[in-house]
Amino acid sequence: MVETLIQRNTRKFKAPDFYAGSGNVYFLLPFRFHRLNDRKEVLVNEVGDHLVVPTGTAARIVQRKLRREDEAELYGDLIAGFFIAEQQLPPLIDVLATRYRTKKSFLDQFTSLHLFVITLRCEHTCHYCQVSRVTSNKDEFDMRYEHINKGIDLMLRSPGEYLTMEFQGGEALLAFDKIVYAIERTKPLALEKGKQMTYVICTNLAVLDEDVLAYCQANNVLLSTSLDGPGFIHNQNRRRPGNNSYELTIKGIEMARQWLGPGNLSALMTTTNLSLDHPLAIVDEYFQQGFRSIFLRPISPYGFALKNEKKNKYEIERFITFYKTALQHILNYNRDGEFFREEYATIILKKILTPFPVGYVDLNSPAGSITNAILFNYDGAVYASDESRMLAESGDYTFRLGHLDTHDYEAVFYGEKAQELADVMVNEALPGCSECAFQSYCGADPVHNHATQGSVWGYRPTSTFCQKNMELIRYLIELMDSDPQVKQIFEGWVSQRRAS
Amino acid sequence: MIFRAKGIPLHINELLVGIITRNPEKQGEQLIFIGDAAPYGDYLAILSCAPASYTGLPTVFNISSLDHLADGDIVSIGPDGIVRTVYRTNSFYNTILATERCNSNCLMCSQPPKDKNDIPYLFELYRRVIPLIPKDCVELTVSGGEPTLMGERFFELLELITRELPDTEVHVLTNGRSFAWDHLAERLARIDNPRLMLGIPVYADYYQVHDHIVQARGAFDQTILGLHNLARHGIRLEIRVVLHQQSIPRLTRLARYIFKNLPFAEHVTFMGLEYTGYTPHNIEQLWIDPYDYNNELTEAVEFLAGQGMHVSIYNAQLCVMPERLWPYARKSISDWKNDYLPACESCSKLDDCGGLFTWNLKKCSAYIQPLSA
Repeated sequence: MVETLIQRNTRKFKAPDFYAGSGNVYFLLPFRFHRLNDRKEVLVNEVGDHLVVPTGTAARIVQRKLRREDEAELYGDLIAGFFIAEQQLPPLIDVLATRYRTKKSFLDQFTSLHLFVITLRCEHTCHYCQVSRVTSNKDEFDMRYEHINKGIDLMLRSPGEYLTMEFQGGEALLAFDKIVYAIERTKPLALEKGKQMTYVICTNLAVLDEDVLAYCQANNVLLSTSLDGPGFIHNQNRRRPGNNSYELTIKGIEMARQWLGPGNLSALMTTTNLSLDHPLAIVDEYFQQGFRSIFLRPISPYGFALKNEKKNKYEIERFITFYKTALQHILNYNRDGEFFREEYATIILKKILTPFPVGYVDLNSPAGSITNAILFNYDGAVYASDESRMLAESGDYTFRLGHLDTHDYEAVFYGEKAQELADVMVNEALPGCSECAFQSYCGADPVHNHATQGSVWGYRPTSTFCQKNMELIRYLIELMDSDPQVKQIFEGWVSQRRAS
Repeated sequence: MIFRAKGIPLHINELLVGIITRNPEKQGEQLIFIGDAAPYGDYLAILSCAPASYTGLPTVFNISSLDHLADGDIVSIGPDGIVRTVYRTNSFYNTILATERCNSNCLMCSQPPKDKNDIPYLFELYRRVIPLIPKDCVELTVSGGEPTLMGERFFELLELITRELPDTEVHVLTNGRSFAWDHLAERLARIDNPRLMLGIPVYADYYQVHDHIVQARGAFDQTILGLHNLARHGIRLEIRVVLHQQSIPRLTRLARYIFKNLPFAEHVTFMGLEYTGYTPHNIEQLWIDPYDYNNELTEAVEFLAGQGMHVSIYNAQLCVMPERLWPYARKSISDWKNDYLPACESCSKLDDCGGLFTWNLKKCSAYIQPLSA
């Protein structure tokens, strides 16, 4: 037992100054900074806590011009917030270490999301899709049973306890029999290995029927669909014979909600050129269809904006404007007392406002490819991500990790290809990212870098990934700083709570 | 509430600890009989209001009143004739006072520490009290002073409680500083009592403010490290924040600090100032009308609750706080310290209100007023 009682002669009370550190010497803890606007800059520490301060503060801190007596409040904020310390080795360094470990603990579970491209066949001909085929050739474009089996075996080798098996297409429901086969084969094996499974089917709902819904209901299968906005946008984006994709989707959403409950169906939107002109209509459509969240997904760089830096920059600026307009519209719903959140902002806000790990595949460091998600293609090839297989459809096999016929677990997840990729998956070690204030809110995306800039390392000054995330993160912080009500709303998004 | 009675001792040569009974049918060597006529029977001692007479047993005579003692209460009797109530069977609020020593000296301490070594005596007392406590005791508080200053005896005491009272919720009030030494957190974890919870105060997110409030250099760092060590060993934790002029300025920052750095806390309580102990002496630098910190308190409470943490407000009156905080306000004041103002009599919310500490009747918010139905 350590004797902690200090022998004292007196219990006379002392003034606050007695408890301050001695002198004005302080040391810098790792932090980065970024200009928010003309008046303010934001400091971000090593574990992602941020502090908005007047412009020039970072410089004054570094130049040791800060004096506790003159700026007691700021000084306290900096000490309490792990930006500076009065000892070279701060007494609470272990707390910082725990915080860091917690932030990165999404890695503990390793690969959790397993994408099975169960078929490439589709009855839609969406103009932004690079992969699907309108065909009835099941032999060539459906996943073969032995590949399904091997994919399941690799999936269950994951060290994680919670695994997600997501069926994609093409239109996944065109191969519903194979989905059922895959789930039924997984169930007993997962039980045996103590894995908690989540099953998801990505579907446009066009061929949804009651047999499918009954199976999903009985087996807790979630549905994820696409809704690009109101009919005039959705049907334009998502072509199919009869030009009735929107009508079928809405009908499918209603059916799915009836059978599965509203919480077991989610929708994703893809922003196209047409969408960029209609942010308000898209947000309203989601709200009117009963959704209380929307994911404003940026333009995929794999279609129209590929490897054209000038055009990319223009397009990403248009997207950012679109996003901000839509976000303000969503905030207005919240100001009226509704809970309605934007999912991409929520992911970033969770990283800014909470101490917990956020395992979002496209915004992680190390990147979510391989460490968080893996894709088994219809033909048995294994890819690092969904985007990787889209590249492969245009003949670029850079991110092909192997094939289910020839590669075992070790060869896929720890093979040469995976190791090469690992070099460029950590934004702490990427040029331009290593000193970025938003590093801990952002991620590394070598697939995007390769697709748009021809280099897995990427080049930040012209990177659309960088432009988009830098601006959106800056914007979110600026909004919170300038309007306490927005901050409250955002805190509510992070915790699923309606702002009061 | 009376916790102490005095009379003329006879044949009391050492500390006696036993259970009160007035029922002559009941006998036993753990029982202390109250009555003026000396019964023939097997008792530990007799307590009597009558003048001295022969009983053949250790007896305290001439006690002015024993009405405050109920059958089943546990008392200690000293050779000096003082009868102390150490456990009240009809109360939910029973406290084990581990020691009056403390390594902090908080500006608003309600029970100012004493620098005498009372630990051997109090340890011996409670070593004998705990086995006598009814097994259906709902909750027991271990307080001080700073209980961990008992050293190894602190853990022995908790082991005894765990063994004797496995169904009792045990709430230990400590400043947590000792647990900055990890082996002590580990030692506590080895007791393995799932009903054990530590209540630990954190008064600011910035060390200088906290250290000034608790009047101890290095206390903040020790407490935060202690909380982390305890959490790592799976000890259940409550964070306690006392609201006053020194803690209010950084209160909303503290709430965010707790969520970010101490999210494992099972409960966060915000507590009104008690006007007793050191507080009257330091009132100039402590007092702020609770009405005037409603904004800060609301933001802190709603932020933490919104992030899913369990939050309570203690020692506060419903009429002073905004209605949106009512769901967090608890009736937390121990029965014997609980009181209301004359104005409260006509209040429609009286039954839901925590009221005031008796000693706060003379120093309370200027905004207390009866609420209409």
